[in-house]
Amino acid sequence: MSSIKTKSSFGVAQVILFLSIAILVIVVAFPVLLILFNAFWVNDEFNFAGALEIIKEPQTFQALKNSLIIATGTTIGSTIVGTFFAWLVTRTDLPHKTFMKSMFLVPFMLPSFIGALAWKMLLSPNAGFINQFFIQHLGFTGPIFNIYSYIGISTVEVMYLFPFVFIQVCGALERMDPTLEESARISGAGLFTITRKITIPLVMPSILSGALLIMLYSMAHFGTVAVLGIENGIYNIPTLIYERIHQSGGSFDAIRTGTVLATVLVISAAIIIYAQRKILGSGHYQIIGGKSFRPMELKLRGLRMPLMIFCLAYIAFTIVLPTVVIFLVGSLKTYGLAFTFDNLSLDNYKFILFDYKVTRDAIFNSVTLGFTAAIITMFAGVMISYVIVKMKVRGKGILEFLGMLPFSVPGSVIALGVILAWSGQFGINLYNTVWIILVAYIARYMAFSLKANSAALEQVHDSLVEASRACGATMWQSLRDIVLPLVRPGMLAAFFLIFLPSLRELTVSIMLYAPTTRTIGVAIYTLNEDGETVISAALAGIALIIIILGQSVINHFTKKAGV
Amino acid sequence: MDIIRVEGVAKSYGQHQVHKNLTLAIKKGECFTLLGPSGCGKTVLLRLIAGFESPDAGKIYIDDTLVSDVTHRLEIPPENRGLGIVFQDYAVWPHMTVFENVAYPLKIAKRPKEEMRERVMKMIDIVGMHELDKRLPSELSGGQQQRVALARALVGNPSLMLLDEPLSNLDANLREEMRFEIKELQRKLDITVLYVTHDQEIGLAISDRVAVMNETGEIQQIGTPWEIFEQPINPFVFHFMGIANSIEVRRENSAYLVGNGQQPVPWKSPEGDTAHWIAGFRPSDVQIARDGEGLRGIVRRANFLGAMMDYLIEIDGVHLRTSIETHRALSENLMFKTGDICTIRFLNLLWFEADKVKEAAQP
Repeated sequence: MSSIKTKSSFGVAQVILFLSIAILVIVVAFPVLLILFNAFWVNDEFNFAGALEIIKEPQTFQALKNSLIIATGTTIGSTIVGTFFAWLVTRTDLPHKTFMKSMFLVPFMLPSFIGALAWKMLLSPNAGFINQFFIQHLGFTGPIFNIYSYIGISTVEVMYLFPFVFIQVCGALERMDPTLEESARISGAGLFTITRKITIPLVMPSILSGALLIMLYSMAHFGTVAVLGIENGIYNIPTLIYERIHQSGGSFDAIRTGTVLATVLVISAAIIIYAQRKILGSGHYQIIGGKSFRPMELKLRGLRMPLMIFCLAYIAFTIVLPTVVIFLVGSLKTYGLAFTFDNLSLDNYKFILFDYKVTRDAIFNSVTLGFTAAIITMFAGVMISYVIVKMKVRGKGILEFLGMLPFSVPGSVIALGVILAWSGQFGINLYNTVWIILVAYIARYMAFSLKANSAALEQVHDSLVEASRACGATMWQSLRDIVLPLVRPGMLAAFFLIFLPSLRELTVSIMLYAPTTRTIGVAIYTLNEDGETVISAALAGIALIIIILGQSVINHFTKKAGV
Repeated sequence: MDIIRVEGVAKSYGQHQVHKNLTLAIKKGECFTLLGPSGCGKTVLLRLIAGFESPDAGKIYIDDTLVSDVTHRLEIPPENRGLGIVFQDYAVWPHMTVFENVAYPLKIAKRPKEEMRERVMKMIDIVGMHELDKRLPSELSGGQQQRVALARALVGNPSLMLLDEPLSNLDANLREEMRFEIKELQRKLDITVLYVTHDQEIGLAISDRVAVMNETGEIQQIGTPWEIFEQPINPFVFHFMGIANSIEVRRENSAYLVGNGQQPVPWKSPEGDTAHWIAGFRPSDVQIARDGEGLRGIVRRANFLGAMMDYLIEIDGVHLRTSIETHRALSENLMFKTGDICTIRFLNLLWFEADKVKEAAQP
């Protein structure tokens, strides 16, 4: 066996590279290109003016403005809330800080459109429970708060998005070298001056980068605006795309408006991501090392108890209250009945799980779609990350660029793109089937898989593979026997990072569903639209339970694997 | 017969030219060491031979089979070159037990279960890992992991084994022990070993032949350890082999005079017209005496270092250091005081032209 075999297994690297590029092109790049093409290419010629015309139409222009208004409001609100709470739990002697910190992260796993549904039940101008309570019992003549408004929408988005800033700022504050502040203190600066001149400038990059993430997310966000805005005629870009495509059944005009709006989203996303990289790369971070320090804690003194009560109230109001409302409404026999013991039962849950075909199908669809998408994306992601992280092969630059795409393409853009690509124009018609949703899920969650898998692959030293090559293993055998077993924790993480969010996915599925291919998200949304509030709430409750269980499984695994 | 032939190989990474027109032959059955300072490209050469990198120009033969040839776009992948390789960081697979690690090459070669078990257990025994076959690498020390890596490289009976600084991550005692074991294994299994290191001690200790490489990847000298050590061919090898001691000698007419004085060097003189020379020597080649034949000098400093006496001696403006065991100094009346006159004899002097030595000292 030590004899030399001259037969060469040529081109394995090229095959993998080609496959990786092909996957990203077919799943992400091609649909996005089609959007750009459709937006600017009319009647066989480039038409930029036409695209501008569409943007200038009152309704589209209003949608652009609304996206911007809501995103700005959400970003400012989330940044203030996120930074404030981050400061409270890292730099003060607030009681029960660890508990508070974990509670502030809970909104991360709650789907915001379910939250929006809860707030609609609580604060819709006429039927909302809180508004009704104030009108009936406290003598108010009108609703105290109208959730169907810019402020209402932004407030609900803030509740679910602020953790983006919170996490980043917490991390920065925890890793900041306390001597930087201590030396300012020794120089005679007061706490206020230190905060203003030292602390805030140092954590500014983290605050800004979190804020930009929220901006990106909010501009392309569908669920909350769809639940709370449409009633009052407030459309943002994704909801308008949905409305147009949905109403017209895919007419040319609707598609064109959609593609122009989607182009605006893609460009904004690209600018935001570029800005975020600039900020994170701008060296400010060098002062914040990787080491954990014990930071200087501010004594809150008299404010300690009031601030703790404030935090608890915030948690109760924004996390506990909406969740409880969802479960209570889901248990009501009929919507509108009072929450008395007689009116509550588990019948709805039994009904949607066992008897009602629509919800049973939806749960089945979501679970199978999520599972399949997670498996495929996990394997595709590990292969693509392998090329990007490990392989030295010509043409890798293209792949690195393509690999960036999934991170910057919003869900509604992907949905529109797959409609353009897989509705028969190119020989394959997946429209109205479950497969088109699958393709879109793969595109949407590729970014998660790439992130988790490249992190795991960075840990596998090159010499481990070279050693197996030297032992006579081909590249395939080395991948199978050495690389795959070693990146399994990363792949598992990728699987759950895709499977769980896909269970509650709404933005993509709402654009692609057919009567038999509803997902859980679509079912909750459409049932609610159809006035089946109670059933919709019950299904939302089931979704919440699945998500929380799944999240516990993830936490268990990631803790064990040390990812 | 040559087992490896490297012919006119060039390799560069971007702007950085690591090798240009490198030629080297390694004989079957020998233990050959590639010795050079860090960053000189010796690991690159090993990786070129192994097939992990492809050359920009030139040919590489293993066992008279062409394995890399740029002009014909021939590139045999590493797995088909039939080599055993041991890496600096061991590269023992963390998810496999010792047995599975060592058995892997045989598993890939689809050997029957029985034969596999027998050969693996034998190899584990040979490297002294008896009864540790069920352990995972995380339960092994660095030295044990390196033994697993050795066993894995050897289990497939390769005719050629490449070792890339395999001992540099081990502590000093273990390093010494392992280097003799590697030599022992090489003899026992009758294989060719190409060993890459920057540590001249290991290179000299285990090799049949050594090639010394300079910073720019050019091979300076190939020879037996003894040749390299005793007759460094040029100032680079001279410095690299750790001969730091030297005296300046100038030529006047046909006489070779030390420093700025008038004492001629009474030993073999160099050949050449150069006016300024450096005579290199090892501390062990210096003999100090009260009188007799040799160069006259003055003891400038005498240090008592316990077991050794250390002297700084001046001979006509040049300084050199020598040491002698204290007990010998006492018994042979060689305890000098500062200011004493002494005589210095050299058992062996290596002559280099002064200009070239200075060049080598300041690359």
